[in-house]
Amino acid sequence: MVPVSYYLVVSVILFTLGALGVLIRRNALVVFMSIELMLNAANLAFVAFSRTFNSYDGQLFVFFVMTVAAAEVAVGLALIVAIFRSKHSIDVDQLSSLKG
Amino acid sequence: MTMDLMGFILVALIAIATAIGMLYSRNAVYAALFLVLNFVSVAIFYLMLGAPFVALSQVTVYAGAIMVLFLFVIMLLGAEKLPPAEVLPWQRPLAFVLALLLFIEGIYWLSVKAGTTAQIASPDATIGTMDAVRSMSMMLFQEYLLPFEVTSILLLIAMIGAIVLTKRVDKKGGQA
Amino acid sequence: MFFSETSTSGLFFNLVPWIVFAPVVGLLINLIIGSKLGEKGVGAIASLASGSAFVVAILQIISLNAHPEGAVVKVAEWIHIGNLAIDWTFRIDTLSVTMMMVVSGVGTLIHIYAIGYMHEDVRFKHDEGRYRRFFIFLNLFIAAMMILVSGNSYMMLFVGWEGVGLASFLLIGFWYDMDTLGRPSFANSNAAKKAFITNRVGDFGFLLAAMMMFWKFGSTDFDLVFAKVVEVAAHEPWVILWITIFLLVGVAGKSAQIPLYVWLPDAMAGPTPVSALIHAATMVTAGVYLVTRSAPIYTLSHDAQYIVATVGAVTALFAATIAAGQYDIKKVLAYSTISQLGFMVAAVGMGAFVAGMFHLITHAFFKALLFLSAGSVILGMERGHHHLPHGDHHEIFDPGDMRNMGGMRKTMPVTFWLYMIGTLALAGIFPFAGFWSKDEILLDAAKVFPHVYYLLAIAAFFTAFYMGRQIWMVFFGEARHAAAAHAEESPAVMTVPLMVLAALSILGGALNLPYIHTLTNWLEHTVKVVEHEGEVAAWLETSLGGLNPWVALISTIAALLAIFISWLLYGRTPLKAGQIDPLKKMFGPIYYGMENKWFIDEAYWFVFVDRYVDLARYLAQTIDWDFWHEWFHNNIIAAGFRGFTRFLAQLVDLGIVDVIISRWPVAVAQWLSEKLRALQNGFVRSYALSVLVGVVAILGYLLLNMK
Repeated sequence: MVPVSYYLVVSVILFTLGALGVLIRRNALVVFMSIELMLNAANLAFVAFSRTFNSYDGQLFVFFVMTVAAAEVAVGLALIVAIFRSKHSIDVDQLSSLKG
Repeated sequence: MTMDLMGFILVALIAIATAIGMLYSRNAVYAALFLVLNFVSVAIFYLMLGAPFVALSQVTVYAGAIMVLFLFVIMLLGAEKLPPAEVLPWQRPLAFVLALLLFIEGIYWLSVKAGTTAQIASPDATIGTMDAVRSMSMMLFQEYLLPFEVTSILLLIAMIGAIVLTKRVDKKGGQA
Repeated sequence: MFFSETSTSGLFFNLVPWIVFAPVVGLLINLIIGSKLGEKGVGAIASLASGSAFVVAILQIISLNAHPEGAVVKVAEWIHIGNLAIDWTFRIDTLSVTMMMVVSGVGTLIHIYAIGYMHEDVRFKHDEGRYRRFFIFLNLFIAAMMILVSGNSYMMLFVGWEGVGLASFLLIGFWYDMDTLGRPSFANSNAAKKAFITNRVGDFGFLLAAMMMFWKFGSTDFDLVFAKVVEVAAHEPWVILWITIFLLVGVAGKSAQIPLYVWLPDAMAGPTPVSALIHAATMVTAGVYLVTRSAPIYTLSHDAQYIVATVGAVTALFAATIAAGQYDIKKVLAYSTISQLGFMVAAVGMGAFVAGMFHLITHAFFKALLFLSAGSVILGMERGHHHLPHGDHHEIFDPGDMRNMGGMRKTMPVTFWLYMIGTLALAGIFPFAGFWSKDEILLDAAKVFPHVYYLLAIAAFFTAFYMGRQIWMVFFGEARHAAAAHAEESPAVMTVPLMVLAALSILGGALNLPYIHTLTNWLEHTVKVVEHEGEVAAWLETSLGGLNPWVALISTIAALLAIFISWLLYGRTPLKAGQIDPLKKMFGPIYYGMENKWFIDEAYWFVFVDRYVDLARYLAQTIDWDFWHEWFHNNIIAAGFRGFTRFLAQLVDLGIVDVIISRWPVAVAQWLSEKLRALQNGFVRSYALSVLVGVVAILGYLLLNMK
């Protein structure tokens, strides 16, 4: 018997680590991976609640999130490729042409 | 300390460890591999929570399709590593502080405000059967039919977008 | 539409609005389709319109014989404001009907005469298009005059009063683009303006009187005013005095009395039928009618009567002296008219209302006759001039100058005899109409105001003298100008109305013969003389049925003596061409004054017009331009405005508004943007950090506020 709050704690930890990754890594691909990690953390919370409330809605949401994530990855990686072509780097710190 | 709990802690440690590993690996390939491990451990969580279909999807879509795509791009670009050049010296400590705050808030919310005390038992026999998949599918194609269809359009757009974005346009305006 | 307030249905009182509508219809017809009717048609329509009014007036007499108390016929409501209630109401009584008869009767004859006169006049003046306009104006005058005499309130009377003023203005300035000799000039239009403006002064007095009546009596209706007048006179006699004096100002303007008579001689600029109709027979007698109508007011104030009678008498003598020194045939008659109007005003001022009205009627006959005959003479001269050899046509020729005439009894015999009748009537020779009416005035004057009697008697002497002078100069002796020698008699359309008027001038005295007193009994229904009754009774005992033999004898002898003197001067040795007037040889400076109208016009010009022009120039140049435009505008308005705008611009706008509204916010925004600019460092991770800050903050907020 595992309290559901344990799962949620894990979810929070993973989400925080994902957010941290977005903030501290410069490699655009790793930043992207961190975003995927955050999505997974959210998914984990969904499934945990789905189990708690004995409803499939949470799982279906996970299903949709996965779809969106797939689409996101497809577009996002395409963007990274396009950026790399013009900048010859995937260091997000190089992309500062919007500096005010 | 039951078997369930021990198993949970083990998997949780693996998940957190792989996440940290992804975070700190200099090489993007290692990061991707750590992430695959993380996804797998989350899939095990799903199984423990009695969601075998989601767990399978997790493994196939995330660990399989998405991460392969990542690795593919890493290989393609040949940009596994970046030179160590920090232009935002204050970013890192600030990020840690914020992350810590976020974590505290999350824990505070879970423990004090939400106060969820439900216990989750091991998945019993009924959950693993096809009945669960069937009823989930019924919901998907009845109650969530419209979002489902919208999702298909979303995927289509993503596909077109990816093609358009990666297409080379030469200087003469023609297409390569 | 027309209903009578009295129980006189079946009588002709309800027809009375047609005395106004008939001429209006006539003028509308001529206005709309007159151009297609031709000259005869236009003249016929206009004369018919005037004649219809005359017929209606006769019908009123028939009705009045049955109901002498008269009637009041209300046509429409006009002004109803608060206590002020003025209706368009016709008043039919013996006085108003008498005036209607005179106006429409003489008016109709003059309309007919004008058909012939204007036919030639428009041709001599080379503008035949104005023929129709003349008759339209003439009908307008008849309509306005009818409103004047038939109105039941001072305000209705005032409407007619202004209407005839307008018609007079239009007709004096009929040949507005030339002078009396046909040369291009502003002289005629200036004469019209002079008449109009002088009349404005009088009208102002009339209005003051009417307002005072409304203030003190609460109405301007004749009956309502007269009902309260005795009561008010007992408590506030000054009200009566001032009303009468203000009315006298109006009378002086309209009836050409001192000091406002100056417009009437200039009004001779109008065509001669106008001079006869408006400026001799009818309009100028409106003042006499007004005083007669206001008899209940005037009889209450002895001072007012004294003033009015004196003004009339002085005017009578003063104008008569001027008439003796004039050379223009119409100017002589004009001053004669002023003089005779003085007789009438003096009469009604003394309270001899019947005598005044009597003289008004007879004067209308013989003065219209004289003027129209003079017009005939002038046209005869024009014709004669027209037949001269061509070389003479371009000289400046005045057909109205008596020094050009002479011996015309041979060339214009009909006109001569008609003129003779008019002269005898005016001079007051027995048994012509003027004898009876003038004698009645002198009689009343002798018993009420002796000084008025002396003035009027001398004026009568002068009257006979200047008329004799005119006759000798115009009709006797030798022609002093070729035009007079070739003068031609006027056509029947002109002479026949003159004959009618001549008959009336001879027989007009029969209206109020001694012992019979037709007119007195007739007017008694309307004008009840209350004062001097004792004196009148005492006088009646010493006189033969209202005819004092001494007064009659003295005035007749004076008239004959005057004619004899005029014969001595002008008849015995007729004037030669270019010879100076014998009076001038005898009296020198005095005659010089008479000849030049005692310089009254020059004095008015000096005292009023020049001063007015000076004042206007002062106001225009000094006050308006120098002070107002230059100084006030530049120094006060412009400089003040500039100072104010400078204050607003530099202190308020630049100092306060700009600092608060723009400079400080700009500084703040600049400072903030420079600081916040650092946030926009272009690093996507930095932006993500910002997002996380927001997430943490919002989440923290939600958690702290979560219940």
